Amino acid sequence: MPEIMLKTDNVIMKFGGLTAVSELNIEIKKNEIVGLIGPNGAGKTTAFNVITGMYYPTSGKVLYKNTDITGFKPHSITELGIARTFQNIRLFKELTVLENVLVGCHIGINSGIFSATLHTPAYRKREKEAHEFAMTLLKEVGLESAAYEKATSLPYGKQRRLEIVRALATRPSMLLLDEPAAGMNPQESLELMELIRRLRSEFDLTIFLIEHHMQVVMGVCDHMYVLDYGVTIAHGDPASIQKNPKVIEAYLGVD
Amino acid sequence: MKLTKHQTYTLIALAVFGVFAFLADSFFDAFTLRVFNLCAIYIVLSLSLNLLNGFTGLFSLGHAGFMAVGAYVCALLTMPPELKEMNFFLAPMVPFLKGITLPFLPSIIIGGLAAAFVGFIIGAPVLRLRDDYLAIATLAFSEIIRVLITNAQTITNGAQGLKGLPRFSTTFVVWTAAGLVTLFMFLLMRSSYGRAMKAVRDDELAAEAMGIDVFKVKVTSFTVSSFIAGIGGALLGHMITTIDPKMFTFLLTFNILLIVVLGGTGSISGSVIASIVITILMEVLRFLDEPMNLIVIQTNGLPGLRMVVFSIMLMIVVIFRQRGLMGGKEFSWDMVSAFWSKIKTRKGGRHA
Repeated sequence: MPEIMLKTDNVIMKFGGLTAVSELNIEIKKNEIVGLIGPNGAGKTTAFNVITGMYYPTSGKVLYKNTDITGFKPHSITELGIARTFQNIRLFKELTVLENVLVGCHIGINSGIFSATLHTPAYRKREKEAHEFAMTLLKEVGLESAAYEKATSLPYGKQRRLEIVRALATRPSMLLLDEPAAGMNPQESLELMELIRRLRSEFDLTIFLIEHHMQVVMGVCDHMYVLDYGVTIAHGDPASIQKNPKVIEAYLGVD
Repeated sequence: MKLTKHQTYTLIALAVFGVFAFLADSFFDAFTLRVFNLCAIYIVLSLSLNLLNGFTGLFSLGHAGFMAVGAYVCALLTMPPELKEMNFFLAPMVPFLKGITLPFLPSIIIGGLAAAFVGFIIGAPVLRLRDDYLAIATLAFSEIIRVLITNAQTITNGAQGLKGLPRFSTTFVVWTAAGLVTLFMFLLMRSSYGRAMKAVRDDELAAEAMGIDVFKVKVTSFTVSSFIAGIGGALLGHMITTIDPKMFTFLLTFNILLIVVLGGTGSISGSVIASIVITILMEVLRFLDEPMNLIVIQTNGLPGLRMVVFSIMLMIVVIFRQRGLMGGKEFSWDMVSAFWSKIKTRKGGRHA
């Protein structure tokens, strides 16, 4: 039986009187691609923010590789091996494509401000390795020719891919993608899903992704969770989800 | 190691400047020399503010406070006991400080460290704030520092200030300091730590998701910036040879901020160039404050007219070149040749 990577134990997130996520129980096994779907405002991003430490849940626990990470700072969670992307692209605007990826390598370089400023041999070696790693990653998604361009000068689809690559630069074992296909046409979305599948096998990743178009993720996910108004209304493999009357109701509405 | 054409240019330019600075002592008169050295001190100060405002995205207005700490600590350490006796005529100085006299180098470093320490203590609570709130809080703390200095009669001699400091800020000292700080900034910004700072500036949430400890980066940047500001303050004190609390008001922070904004936030070379240009202009435009005879209009001296001119300049820059002179980029020889060919084609165009 494969190892359980991520588990949420009855996570509840309330904002004042509004319950954004109620009793979320997710279990993700190693090397799975798991989808979190649901209509707009269902609490998908809130769930992500709780897992990555951006929010502290009202109650419940988040377990990563069987350790309780509830209340950890976002940067420590990234250090533990959970990387994420954002729904609205959040690249470092003034930096080049390569520099964006190198920022992700910062924890890997792991040297103090003085050794970094003095460019000590040890630091230089690590910086060089980071450079090579960043270039390999960029090649992986076909962005190596744009390495020295400003990140914001890239077209939208490439910016999305850059965000994924930047997350990979932190050398995660788990990747959380928040609507990676937002704003893409069906063809682009399919290509992206292909890329995600490829990255999983190449980097030995476990992937948890949010999407609100069910069709896009049907093909790629091993397992799915459906949220509606913060409540998990269904979970299972894609085929059973597609047939589930509750899901159809949430998406299409029933009179 | 083989040098590229541009590296050779840079080395030549630096060598020429080095010789120039070395000879400056002998061919400049006292006033010109002072302006020349003031340029170097402003380079130190503007770079330290740019580290915060331009590179880490922290809008701080408390620089004068850290300069004051550096200047006072350094001055109290370098002053010989007799001089201290002479200065403290209203109330005697605390005996523990009276006996200490150190050479300039350790004093200025201790001055910088003291400023860094104060920066660290203030930074920890203040850096939880953002944008305008941070600006107001740092401004308030810098005023608090000033008030404390004014009232600590037995330590700082209060409002009387300290007079007759030894003139340690020679041309060599100030320009070496300016060179070292510039070099430090270039190296820092080319390192992974510099990248982390810029990442924090561009998007805090994303930086945090990349595993960067945002708060630690901010506090580090604030502390380092305070250290450099303290060094700059100490240099300034030992050049003017007199310091008093009124020197370190908001106006001083404003002058530095003006340089940073005009030179371009997030550009090291921009700050260096603007420091030199603005410092010289401040002196050249001094005639504006004096009585003027413009044939038609006669003024009897309008103190502050100079600052009006600078404010107008700032407005023009904000309207036409939002990102300042260098616009966040660094100086490069390609820029010079591009500029040159632009002028050439313009001239050529006129002939045709």
